[in-house]
Amino acid sequence: MTPVADLAADIARDEKRRQLYSLTLIVILGAVVFAGYGQANDMNSGGFLQGLAKFFEYPGEIVIEAWQSGAEFPGLLVRFLPALIETLNIAAVATILGGIGAMVFAFLGSSNLGVWAPAVPMARRVMDLMRAFPELIIALFLIFVLGTSPVPAMIAVAFHTSGALGKQFSEVNENLDRKAIEGLQACGANWLQRMKFAVLPQVLPNYLSYFMLRFEINVRASAILGFVGAGGIGTELRRTIGWGQGSGDETAALFVLLILSIFVIDQASSFLRKRLTEGGA
Amino acid sequence: MNVTALGLEPGPHARRQAVIASVRRRTNLGFAILAAALAYLAYAWVAFDMTGLISRAQPDRAILLAIDSVAHKVHVSKSLRNDRVTIAVEGERTATYDEPPDWVSRSDDAIRVDLGDGYGAEIVGRTVHFTVPGYGDITVRAETAGIVTTLPDGPVPDWLNATKAKFDARPSLGRRVQVSRARIEVHRFFMGWENFFFPFNSELQAYSFGDILSLIGSAERLKPEMSNGAYVFDTFWRNPDWQHGNVFVALLETLLMAVLGTITAAFVGLPLAVLAARNFTPSGIVRFVVRRLFDFLRGIDMLIWSLIFIRAFGLGPLTGALAIAFTDTGSLGKLFSEALENIDGKQVEGVKSTGARRIQTYRFGVIPQILPIFVSQGLYYLESNTRSATVIGALGAGGIGLMLVETMRTSRDWENTLYIIILTVILVVMMDSLSGWLRRRLIHGRDVNA
Repeated sequence: MTPVADLAADIARDEKRRQLYSLTLIVILGAVVFAGYGQANDMNSGGFLQGLAKFFEYPGEIVIEAWQSGAEFPGLLVRFLPALIETLNIAAVATILGGIGAMVFAFLGSSNLGVWAPAVPMARRVMDLMRAFPELIIALFLIFVLGTSPVPAMIAVAFHTSGALGKQFSEVNENLDRKAIEGLQACGANWLQRMKFAVLPQVLPNYLSYFMLRFEINVRASAILGFVGAGGIGTELRRTIGWGQGSGDETAALFVLLILSIFVIDQASSFLRKRLTEGGA
Repeated sequence: MNVTALGLEPGPHARRQAVIASVRRRTNLGFAILAAALAYLAYAWVAFDMTGLISRAQPDRAILLAIDSVAHKVHVSKSLRNDRVTIAVEGERTATYDEPPDWVSRSDDAIRVDLGDGYGAEIVGRTVHFTVPGYGDITVRAETAGIVTTLPDGPVPDWLNATKAKFDARPSLGRRVQVSRARIEVHRFFMGWENFFFPFNSELQAYSFGDILSLIGSAERLKPEMSNGAYVFDTFWRNPDWQHGNVFVALLETLLMAVLGTITAAFVGLPLAVLAARNFTPSGIVRFVVRRLFDFLRGIDMLIWSLIFIRAFGLGPLTGALAIAFTDTGSLGKLFSEALENIDGKQVEGVKSTGARRIQTYRFGVIPQILPIFVSQGLYYLESNTRSATVIGALGAGGIGLMLVETMRTSRDWENTLYIIILTVILVVMMDSLSGWLRRRLIHGRDVNA
């Protein structure tokens, strides 16, 4: 056989094997989903089909009660504004403190900045662990020690942020253009000057972009942690939902506040991020 | 003065001035941002009432919790209603000693409890004598009218709390005496997780690890109805104090939520993403509607979706899976549609130029380009959803999150809580490294996620 025919046969065999792999993977995924939903449905206290009928019942109930409250509804929005601000504060402080931690870890964990070589793998492992550690556990533990307050949620979210943002920051660091650093080094600039004039201007726009994305994620996380007793809008939600019927208007007001703020932050951050990364700021 | 405004070529000196000015401006901006952040943190200090929080914090609870997580205590308690004395691990009825351990001695009218290091307690009738080295003897008598405490002379130490209704003394972390009108209790702490493998009253308790292995290997059955291996496993699995079986099922539920939710979101999100991408869907109305659908799904947020689904479907993994699937259909759909808009047209045109049909163009021109993003983002969301599933569980969807909140709330046995925490962290870290490993394997080192 000619080498070309050999190659063609090789490619055809590879192709066939790849198709087999893909097919197997799809079959496995399909089976997992199918069996999983069956299993999940059995484990659930309410069934899927009965639930489907009730799916719109609860949102409907809330909307109706909110509608009935009529002119009082805007007042409710104002009343719950402090709770929303608390949640936003939790997220903002956590993002700032976590961001500072992330920068430290990222600089320690990037191999091309020449900080201290033995620290690189260590900082990476620490970041992995901080990223993976469930926020819920830290929050619950700190609530137990510190009492009900926004601070446990803030610390929990900041802890996770340090790891998650640190990983993204260090990826940015690893991808930076070394020419600027070398240029400055050739002029005799010291480490601090190289960082300040060659590294930071390159990485800051990307840092900022990840920072804003993280803030958005953290607002959601803080709202959820509030539900387990960490203050803010989540705590208010648990209260109004716990009261059951009759407080639908308050629940609706909280939903509206949360959805609106997430929507605004989401849109603003994606607009700013686009400008930062594409506008060449 | 601006040099370029005069129509002159800026000289080296002027250029240097301009560069320095711009660097100075940026430095100033940097300082301004730093100052703003500091001011904000100062505001947050006040808003979170940090000062009050620090004064209210109970670090002793943390110490107590840390000790209780790695130790267990044995209660020696005497009911003053029926004069019955019980000695039980953590006061559990299922873990009651039939014969008193060697540090408790009983005579007809007195129970002597040796608490180690010279500490000791003796219960006689309705009176307990508590010996504390370095302080002296405390006598507490539970009268029907109230509790009478006799202390040595001198100031009352802060580890001791005596009122008419209750006496509570904890001179060291491992020893405690409590007296109420109904009962006298003496606690002694021991290190280690008690009865971790087998229940207290199980016959397997007496076996060592090697004994268990040889028991499993032997053909002689302890229980006629099942093999020894099955019996050992069954005893371990149904351990009432540690509930290994229930914990495992809860972990499985959490994992199920994450896996199902993510797979569903990815496979629903992809076709919708095609409808939202400019280069695949010419109709602006369809694009607008699908994009707003993504925003809606994402904007409602997992918290609210879970609350709605808990109402509709009750507790369980289905609820959690659907909440994750709904939110992430929005997030993944948006990501996929952006990826689709950014694909390289050349490859598509190349496939088209060979006379490929529409399906073939997608199969060979589009899918190979977005598959890495599809897989890497899917895996990335899978790992983050494993964490989310623990939180959603705590909201009431079930799984390990709910179990964790419940054991913490009852705050009875912190060793159980620690056990659940360790397992949860192992699960999350495992999913995290699994997804990282798969991502690296499948995408050959290309990091699309960054």
